[in-house]
Amino acid sequence: MTPPVATLAPGEAGQKLKYYQKGTFTVGNRLVAEEERTVQASQARSNALTCGHRACQGCGEALGARYAIDAAMRATNNNLIAVNATGCLEVFTTPYPETSWQLPWLHSLFGNAAAVATGVAAAMRVKKRPAVRVIAQGGDGGTTDIGFQCLSGMFERNDDVLYICYDNEGYMNTGVQRSSATPPTARTATTPSLGPEPGNVFGTGKSVPKIAVAHNIPYVATATVADLHDLERKVTKAMSIRGARYIQINVPCPLGWGSASHDTIRIAQLAVECGLYPIFEAEHGKVTQARKIRRQVPVRDYLKLQRRFAHLFKGGHEDPRIARLQAICDANIAEYGLVDMTAKDA
Amino acid sequence: MLKQIEGSHAMAEAIAMCRPEVICAYPITPQTHIVEGLGELVKGGSLVNCEYINVESEFAALSVAIGASAAGARAYTATASQGLLFMAEAVYNASGLGLPIVMTLGNRAIGAPINIWNDHSDAMSMRDAGWLQLSAETNQEAVDLHIQAFKLAEELSMPVMVCVDGFILTHAMERIDIPGQEQVDAYLPPYDPVQVLDPSEPASIGAMVGPEAFTEVRFLAHYKQTLALKLIPEFSDEFRKTFGRESGGLLRTYRAEDADMVVVAMGSVCGTIKDTIDEMREDGIRIGLVIIVSFRPFPVDALRNALAGANDVVVVEKSIAVGMGGQLANNVDVALRNLPRPPRLHSSVAGLGGRAITRVSLHHLFRQASVQPWEGTNFLDLNERVVGREIHRTRKTRRSGPTAENILRQMAESGRPAAE
Amino acid sequence: MFQVRIHGRGGQGVVTGAEMLSVAAFFEGRHAQAFPSFGSERTGAPVVAFCRIADKEIRLREPILEPDCLIVQDPTLFKVIDVFGGLRGDGYLLINTNKTFSELHIREIAERLPKGHAVIVPATEFALKHIGRPVPNAALLGAFAALTQFVRLDSVERAIEEAFPGKIGAANIAAAREAREFVLMQQHAESAA
Repeated sequence: MTPPVATLAPGEAGQKLKYYQKGTFTVGNRLVAEEERTVQASQARSNALTCGHRACQGCGEALGARYAIDAAMRATNNNLIAVNATGCLEVFTTPYPETSWQLPWLHSLFGNAAAVATGVAAAMRVKKRPAVRVIAQGGDGGTTDIGFQCLSGMFERNDDVLYICYDNEGYMNTGVQRSSATPPTARTATTPSLGPEPGNVFGTGKSVPKIAVAHNIPYVATATVADLHDLERKVTKAMSIRGARYIQINVPCPLGWGSASHDTIRIAQLAVECGLYPIFEAEHGKVTQARKIRRQVPVRDYLKLQRRFAHLFKGGHEDPRIARLQAICDANIAEYGLVDMTAKDA
Repeated sequence: MLKQIEGSHAMAEAIAMCRPEVICAYPITPQTHIVEGLGELVKGGSLVNCEYINVESEFAALSVAIGASAAGARAYTATASQGLLFMAEAVYNASGLGLPIVMTLGNRAIGAPINIWNDHSDAMSMRDAGWLQLSAETNQEAVDLHIQAFKLAEELSMPVMVCVDGFILTHAMERIDIPGQEQVDAYLPPYDPVQVLDPSEPASIGAMVGPEAFTEVRFLAHYKQTLALKLIPEFSDEFRKTFGRESGGLLRTYRAEDADMVVVAMGSVCGTIKDTIDEMREDGIRIGLVIIVSFRPFPVDALRNALAGANDVVVVEKSIAVGMGGQLANNVDVALRNLPRPPRLHSSVAGLGGRAITRVSLHHLFRQASVQPWEGTNFLDLNERVVGREIHRTRKTRRSGPTAENILRQMAESGRPAAE
Repeated sequence: MFQVRIHGRGGQGVVTGAEMLSVAAFFEGRHAQAFPSFGSERTGAPVVAFCRIADKEIRLREPILEPDCLIVQDPTLFKVIDVFGGLRGDGYLLINTNKTFSELHIREIAERLPKGHAVIVPATEFALKHIGRPVPNAALLGAFAALTQFVRLDSVERAIEEAFPGKIGAANIAAAREAREFVLMQQHAESAA
């Protein structure tokens, strides 16, 4: 689809403006038909995560959470309770004595957001309030590592909870340590760029979305702050389903990734366009849809914007492990059919 | 109604009558029969309006209870020993948040060495977590304490642990008066939360609290437990009026009013101690017993009054703080400290890992306390020969092997159990 | 207070036997306490269960060290544990076997007890005959009732019914009755001798 371009007629106010509407329609939303506008574009949005929180400039998680929760609020007619694992989101949204949440919100512990959410959902059932829905949310640390057991338990029981994982690929709140979501070669405080194999030596690929799919739960999706329309659509769709649901959102962290705070969306987009972060949906154990890559880029374009990968480009040579990362991209592209073969050949 | 029934099943019936709304269960010996009993009552349809959730670990069990309680539902779970430790973070979380969860603890020793039998080390491990801790002497009291626990928890906004000796009580079949639903309903009103997650009135619960306010939050929790010191006897009194029997309260005394020597203990061992006391009384020895029901809050004043007239106080407890001594003895010491004529305190540790506490051994112990008192902690029925051999072995060689296995081998070779 | 100790192996219904006995006593308006000595659940492992019966509240929680009646469901235990430890001089002994005390090499133990206090009962045979499974506990309770006269047979039967409703209960009761008859005959023969 060719992105529409609008310009002011020459002679109007003597200024020529060009609006480039990229996939997200983030710019010039008012030019889009009302039904297609984001929840965030509406003044009637619930602002469940309102301003005043203490997130870093350019925080991908704050962006993702704002979109996700407001979409869920609209989908549930504001009948929503959120359970939050310990982590960046919990910390920067509730600096004592303030809170920036405008919905009922419970901070659980680090590893049990899924279980606590199960309890809330059970309470709503027993109180005969089926309209009230429950979201559990946490970072990758609280989801893929310490929260994994409770997450799997919630999936297995098919509890009526939407679990949203904000994946910034590390324990950021505690000072950028590696998690099982940290990509190979990335520098973190516990995988420093030293020695013969600098950066993260792990990274055989623990994909919680794939594991969620393997639990055969009603709905699994990956999403990105580079496509906020898509994120809202997925959250809305998830809230129309009862049972265990999982959405993992790729959210760049300027501090932890060593990227410019104004590059958050751009980096998220590159992660999608190089194939490193496949964006797909699955239902009951089967992938139903994958977002095609519009214009494939080599993984190095993505890596170069982040200082956590700077050691791969030191001294002018390129670390051979970049090829390993490229291989991961290629494997994802093949597995999910992210690139149209015809388009590729063209 | 009187029934001949296993302790666990009696507890399950009583808990069911308290109208719990969310029960989450993870099995661990010796609590399994309680949660299985409740599961049957839910699935069989006699316990209605109750969500029974099979969780994947104890940590998940208490987490589910936390979520349910915060959302306004009456929540219950049960565990023991290793399971309690696995949920330790959530234990502190529940009390820190002021959630009125009731949890049964089927008292069991904590490993290593792994041990499935009864002692009080698990309850002791969480004594500082801010939960009320009530200890049942009999299965009847175990039934009654659960009913009182829900009322106390919800009145105080504080979770309550009901401690019941694993196997000794949980798996014993005895005559128990199971209350009627109308009696329980008369005593225990529906849960009216102090704080609740509700979309019509959004609130954020569980925020970080920094140095500027943490002390105040903790003070209020401590203060609430001082309120409990009044509330526990009050609710026990109300229980007596509704159900027609004495149960609960902070502590009880048995033949202690004129006693020269008073024993202090908790839980099922008190029954055996009562029989021992009766036998000794027949020999003219003035000995009595204080049964502690509420360990947290610890009834300092009530205990001081009960012990004021004694010359000797013997504490018999089923746990030890390794490197320090008996925790109950330690706490009892606090009660004695300011007496004008404080009794001599004798600390003994018994029944660890499920070792039977017999009248014969208690007779010896109480006599020894007056005739040949010991310093520090006395380990009842300690096999000194076995221990001496092991100490000698470890002194002789560096690679002396694992202690527990060495002791077991000694016993197998000698063909005798360790307790002599 | 009357104290009964039952020895057997896992899978033979030792614990259920102790519980049924406590229920029988309960039906007669008495206090009773039944509990096992515990170990990991394992078929074939030695199991001990206890039952105390009294007319007032039972406060004692120690294992039964001086039983008034000893029931042995499995004589192969003699070599494994000290089954007879603490058996009171005026106590009762009930052994599940079709051998004699002499053949079991415990004649001295039996003879130390008052006349008529020590009996053998082929309870497993009765169980196989009536129930079709080698679970001798109900039969042994019938024998116990006859031996000690401490509980009535109808209380025992009611307790069996409550534990095993329907046809299985009836079969167990039949086994209990035959065991009781067997003991009465043995006692009669002994007193005649």
